[in-house]
Amino acid sequence: MRSTFRWLEVAFWLVLVAGYVLWPGKLPLASQVLIAGLFALSYDLVLGYAGILSLGHAAYFGVGAYTAGLLAAHGWGEPISGLMVAGLVAALVGFVTSPLVVRGTDLTRLMITTGLGLLLFELANRLGTITGGVDGLQGVEMQPLLGALRFDIYGRTAYGYVLVVVFVLFLAARRLVRSPYGLSLRGIRANPGRMRAIGCRVDLHLAAIYTFAAAYAGVAGALLTQTTQFVGLDVLSFGRSAELLVMLIVGGAGLLYGGFIGAAVFMIAHHVLSSLDPVYWQFWLGVCLIAIVLVGRDGILGAGRRLLTLRRRRPVTVTAS
Amino acid sequence: MNAVLRTEALSKRYGDFQALDGISLALPRGARHALIGPNGAGKTTLINALTGTVRPSAGEVYLGDERVTALRPEHRVRRGLARTFQINNLFPELTVLESVLLAACQRTGAALDAWRALEARRTEIESARAILRLLKLEGAEATRTRDLAYGEQRLLEIALALACRPRILLLDEPAAGVPRRESVALFEAIAGLPGDLTVLFIEHDMDLVFRFARRITVLVAGTVLTEGTPQEIATDARVKQVYLGRAA
Repeated sequence: MRSTFRWLEVAFWLVLVAGYVLWPGKLPLASQVLIAGLFALSYDLVLGYAGILSLGHAAYFGVGAYTAGLLAAHGWGEPISGLMVAGLVAALVGFVTSPLVVRGTDLTRLMITTGLGLLLFELANRLGTITGGVDGLQGVEMQPLLGALRFDIYGRTAYGYVLVVVFVLFLAARRLVRSPYGLSLRGIRANPGRMRAIGCRVDLHLAAIYTFAAAYAGVAGALLTQTTQFVGLDVLSFGRSAELLVMLIVGGAGLLYGGFIGAAVFMIAHHVLSSLDPVYWQFWLGVCLIAIVLVGRDGILGAGRRLLTLRRRRPVTVTAS
Repeated sequence: MNAVLRTEALSKRYGDFQALDGISLALPRGARHALIGPNGAGKTTLINALTGTVRPSAGEVYLGDERVTALRPEHRVRRGLARTFQINNLFPELTVLESVLLAACQRTGAALDAWRALEARRTEIESARAILRLLKLEGAEATRTRDLAYGEQRLLEIALALACRPRILLLDEPAAGVPRRESVALFEAIAGLPGDLTVLFIEHDMDLVFRFARRITVLVAGTVLTEGTPQEIATDARVKQVYLGRAA
């Protein structure tokens, strides 16, 4: 089973690298799908692994997007350092807000995260002189990547840049979920009370993953800003958080790749359906989403994994000898 | 007597209901102490107050010389107080080994390691496997908890508590719902635990209590009716009248 997954993983990333050949005319869309996938991966760490239900994760995406945008608009257009600063600022906001979020139950978490998202959205709206308000932030100009590769109109540089960043962050997330800390998160999601009874400081663990995931969301937001050279208020919108939840559920939560699959399905369906039926495309999108979730209640990836598991019914376990 | 676990006038009130009323207990190192009493006597409330799940209305809890009354459950575990639950309280989707590793990694601090693979944690894995061998669960280490037989799940409850490497183990009806033959085996496993481990257990099966306990405390309506050796309890007229008499 493990070797099957390993080959599928290798194939997944090879297909993305081959994107330059497979979909050369769609590289800007592919970059956006990857960015949405990274954002969904960040949410997967929070919801799929730690069990924190949030409807305000766009807050950290937006903080990263505006940080990168403001840096670039004020002369700091170097992409990699801008990305790091954006991730750090989003992590800081995540850390500061984490005590509000990690305590309580699903309902209180939903309310608090929704409130935080709305609060930051309105803050960005009110601070129009800094953020550009409803018109969006103007004057975002990126310097060439590594001092040599300009962000071209066909999105070739952007796609490579996004792919490398997403791959590196994915590898780090993969290590995390397979570590003892990752196991603790799964324990907390399943039974936080029992985790306390074996000595786990649940709030500390949750605050740490929430901060980490906020950094990932911030990097995703910064990537969007840097590759489109624009930031609008929608990066902080409630709709973006809700779409994120849909993407993850469609792809499959708690499976690492679920966010990428969900983001791809959601964004490609959005793209295709809106060209087929520009007026009522959301109706058809709704039909598709309901059908996907009804067929596989743990998402596309969950359904796929169940099919593979049927062939060899054995639980995944620690293999140390 | 140098008590490793002690309470002083521990009380808990829920509105008008006095669940615990001035309980004073002292357990020495290596004790095998049973807590018995009719339903509603306050046995589980006492365990909850000892572990910090329930905040007492009055009184104190001590681990050795340290007062821990205000400490949260996870901090008491780190000081050597572990428990099991009356109703299985496990991780259904995790395997048996993963479940025990969870507790072992909490104890060693490995649970905060977000970089090394779980498989690389040899010390914790060996420690978890030793506990599974002690409880004869080694054959089930790769089985998901939800697929375990009920009696095995009761043993896994104990395995999780043991992986915290406690000085004091509180067992809340460890044999609840377990068929008679399996419950004897389960208590034999408990009897085989290290001699320096202090064990306080709640049990309704009097045969098991008199077979495995060295001392017994009888709780009635939130107060200690009496405490003594199994022989003393068996011949105590008040116990016969209030508890054993009714049970017979």
